[in-house]
Amino acid sequence: MTRKNKEIVGVLNKKSAFLNGLRDGIPIGLGYFAVSFSLGIEAQNAGLSFFESFLASFFCNASAGEMAGFTVIAAKGTLFEMALITLIANIRYVLMSFAIGQRVNPKTSVIHRFLIAYGLTDEIFGISIAKSGYINPFYSYGAILCAGPCWWAGTVIGNIAGNLMPIRLVSAFSVALYGMFLAIIIPAGKKDRIIAALIAISFAASFSASYIPFICDISTGTRIIVLTVVISLAAAILFPHKGEEVIDNGN
Amino acid sequence: MEINTYFYLTVMALVTYAVRVLPLVLIKHEIKNRTFRSFLYYVPYVTLAVMTFPAIVDATQSPIAGIAALIIGVLLAWLGAKLFTVAACCCVAVLIVEFILV
Repeated sequence: MTRKNKEIVGVLNKKSAFLNGLRDGIPIGLGYFAVSFSLGIEAQNAGLSFFESFLASFFCNASAGEMAGFTVIAAKGTLFEMALITLIANIRYVLMSFAIGQRVNPKTSVIHRFLIAYGLTDEIFGISIAKSGYINPFYSYGAILCAGPCWWAGTVIGNIAGNLMPIRLVSAFSVALYGMFLAIIIPAGKKDRIIAALIAISFAASFSASYIPFICDISTGTRIIVLTVVISLAAAILFPHKGEEVIDNGN
Repeated sequence: MEINTYFYLTVMALVTYAVRVLPLVLIKHEIKNRTFRSFLYYVPYVTLAVMTFPAIVDATQSPIAGIAALIIGVLLAWLGAKLFTVAACCCVAVLIVEFILV
């Protein structure tokens, strides 16, 4: 298909792309609900009201980022610390945003770029980048309109019900988020030995840092930032990543 | 000094959106620097790993339940289970272990 034909098909398919996005957003939304439920519990532990945790999820749509942010709020950190840790926890989106940017039709209005960015989560990035040809913005809109509300609702319900739920269930749900993180990093480690080694090193470093005297007094947020930058930078210098694939979204 | 929660949330939202939108809107050519690309490639895995452990062990009532969740999670993810399955099984592992221990 020529580029011109692709464009025409893209325009004709606005509606079907949107519906496809909605459909593909369903399993993502289900996963989000469970995970954001545990995020809601974290938010509540950090002292956020249900409305505040709704705002956080509505404006951020980011598991690791929100989690890191809640850590800073809980520790009453500075706004600078908040900005830095949010940046670090979300830095992977620079790459995803960049990758998506290369796949959007150059003639697409900039408004679409602004809107796609809002719904650019790991999973939506994954299903969007997997499509061939130019990315149809309406596909992303469908996906985020389905998955997003699940994410926000999960956070709010987790925040409210975290209080009412038996402690056994709270304890169980609180690991859902970490389970999701494992589901992202472990398959990548299976494919790439360097990543596997980095995961092991990160576990060990993070574990040591939380017990070594003096270092363990540094706030959790700062510890995450420092360890991430040091380990990733060392890996980037020692083992520059080959290959063209940008990121593995772990699905 | 007590900082209003809404300031925290504003900073969080602005930084998160900036990270997602700026490359999409501003950079339309390819960044070639290999170290920079490698750094961005490794960051998500390192961050998530650092955030997961030992936090997963401290998140539960009994540390043993957290360790069980970690082992189950790693195992299932290694075997290629879907994101939702891994997350759900970690929860169930905690539930079972704590039912016995706590």
